[in-house]
Amino acid sequence: MLRVEAATRLGAFVLDVALEVPAGSCLALAGPSGAGKTSVLRIAAGLVRPQQGRVSCGDQLWLDTDLGVDLAPERRHCGYVFQEYALFAHLRAWQNVAYPLRGLDRAQRRERALTLLERFGVAHLADERPRTLSGGERQRVAVARALARRPAALLLDEPLSALDTRSRAAAGRELAAVLAETGVPALLVTHDFTEAALLGDRVGVIDGGRVVQQGTAGELAAAPISAFVADFTGAVVLTGGAGAGPGGLTEVALDGGGTVLSTEPGAGPVAVSVYPWEIALAPAGSGRRGSAQNQLDVRVVSVTTVGNRVRVGLAAPQPLTAELTDASARELDLTPGAPVVATWKATATRLLRL
Amino acid sequence: MIPARRGWFGALLVAALALALLFLTLPIVAIFVDTGPLDLVSSLGEEGALEALRLSLLCSATAIVIIVLVGTPAAYLLAMRRFRGRAAIVTLVELPLVLPPAVAGIGLLAALGPNGILGGVVKDAGLELVLTTTGVILALTFVAAPFYLRQAQAGFEAVDPTWLDASRTLGASEARTFLRVAIPAAGPGLIAGLALAWGRALGEFGATLMFAGSFRGITQTVPLAIYERFSTDFTGALALSAVLVAVSAALLLSVKLLSGSAWLGGAAR
Repeated sequence: MLRVEAATRLGAFVLDVALEVPAGSCLALAGPSGAGKTSVLRIAAGLVRPQQGRVSCGDQLWLDTDLGVDLAPERRHCGYVFQEYALFAHLRAWQNVAYPLRGLDRAQRRERALTLLERFGVAHLADERPRTLSGGERQRVAVARALARRPAALLLDEPLSALDTRSRAAAGRELAAVLAETGVPALLVTHDFTEAALLGDRVGVIDGGRVVQQGTAGELAAAPISAFVADFTGAVVLTGGAGAGPGGLTEVALDGGGTVLSTEPGAGPVAVSVYPWEIALAPAGSGRRGSAQNQLDVRVVSVTTVGNRVRVGLAAPQPLTAELTDASARELDLTPGAPVVATWKATATRLLRL
Repeated sequence: MIPARRGWFGALLVAALALALLFLTLPIVAIFVDTGPLDLVSSLGEEGALEALRLSLLCSATAIVIIVLVGTPAAYLLAMRRFRGRAAIVTLVELPLVLPPAVAGIGLLAALGPNGILGGVVKDAGLELVLTTTGVILALTFVAAPFYLRQAQAGFEAVDPTWLDASRTLGASEARTFLRVAIPAAGPGLIAGLALAWGRALGEFGATLMFAGSFRGITQTVPLAIYERFSTDFTGALALSAVLVAVSAALLLSVKLLSGSAWLGGAAR
């Protein structure tokens, strides 16, 4: 369990957070740039000292401003993956990974480094220098380096944002597997809600130095506490397996039941992304209506008014969110537990390969 | 990139560069034109010439070692930390750059000479500085150090600070981070500073003359030897000058080659 509590002045605003990340789980802090996300990681790693704060990992106390405890970064066993990866340009890939390995001779260090690089499929790049590597390769080397010291916690700063959109999905899937495998608490920050939803077991939305809401990605999208969270959560993300469907469309069998169609190509495991304002609701049993290809029988979970909009949290059984106007919500008489039909067009359904 | 059209302004730029190049290289070319290879060899054979060269290399190399050992951590501190009075310290450290060498010599005498403010301390320590080889090294160090400090500070400031953070989170202490990441990453800047400082030390004249005098074999470095011959033996002075130019150029070249080599070239971002 990684615990981070901090209250400190950061330039123009005050950072005030209290977070808990259980072992083997990943908390993704998502928020716009300048929200104080990276500062949380730097406080956890000991690179910045907050005015008031307490950081502990397992039974180790890393920082307690009241007790006067403040371990130097090198004595906190955390693996930190920096935003641009911060690979040392004067060292080869394997030397970067071997950098934290101490008390071994050169051959042993190289062997350990190669084993780690092998695990990420980049052992053949061991003798390359960072500047000759692609973004995705750098990311793998950086993650391998962060894991080399068998860290007690992992801290990741925008681990995918330096990658182009093509390699992002694959890198994200790999990273999610690594996070699950290490069994240590992982704290990740990102400005992208979709990334947070894919990598985080839980997501905390951070704004102006405060975590304004925390929950699973589905919970946040379905019942945002504020208009800010609603806007920030953006698209709904469902997972499933894609295959060829009727009329040249792609058919996705959703995990947990239900199928949806998309005009985008895809095969194998995919993430289906659709914006809440693309989803229309109709009373259950009203039959097929309109041109929308996707019709899912769902249940209403929550109804939240956000400004002049109403966010309707749905269970399909994966969490799904629809955004309606106040008037249509009243017309439909939505109450938690009520069955409705969610419809949206196949053309509004984006597929991300997982 | 070549501009599509070159007007009168382009011609002006080219003319300015040509003029600068001509003016700056002419004296150096003249030294070699006036000195035949035979003069060069025979001038080295002359009494005191090799002695002066040996002294110049020994004193400047010793001064450079002192400058690098003390200057590197000092420049790192100036580059990495923001503290009260930092700007004032930077200015004070750079002051010798604009100090006339004669003033530097007088200052060193006033500070460390027999009647200087620290003269007693120097004497109690059993050190002879004035009119000794140690005095030459001291004068060279004083005059050349700011060149290294300035370059080294700029070199460290250009190091990506997240590299230093990364090193710390990977288990390296501040000292280890300095040795294993900051120095290699700032390598080209440090080498450039070293070359500048060494060049300055080799050419030092005024402060050495004032503080250490000009005694053959003890304090007479090549520039002082050139000056001594100048009044009596112009050809000899010219030949010795050619030697100094050759040594300085060789030094500059080897430093450039070294900083371009693989292990340091990799550090350039």
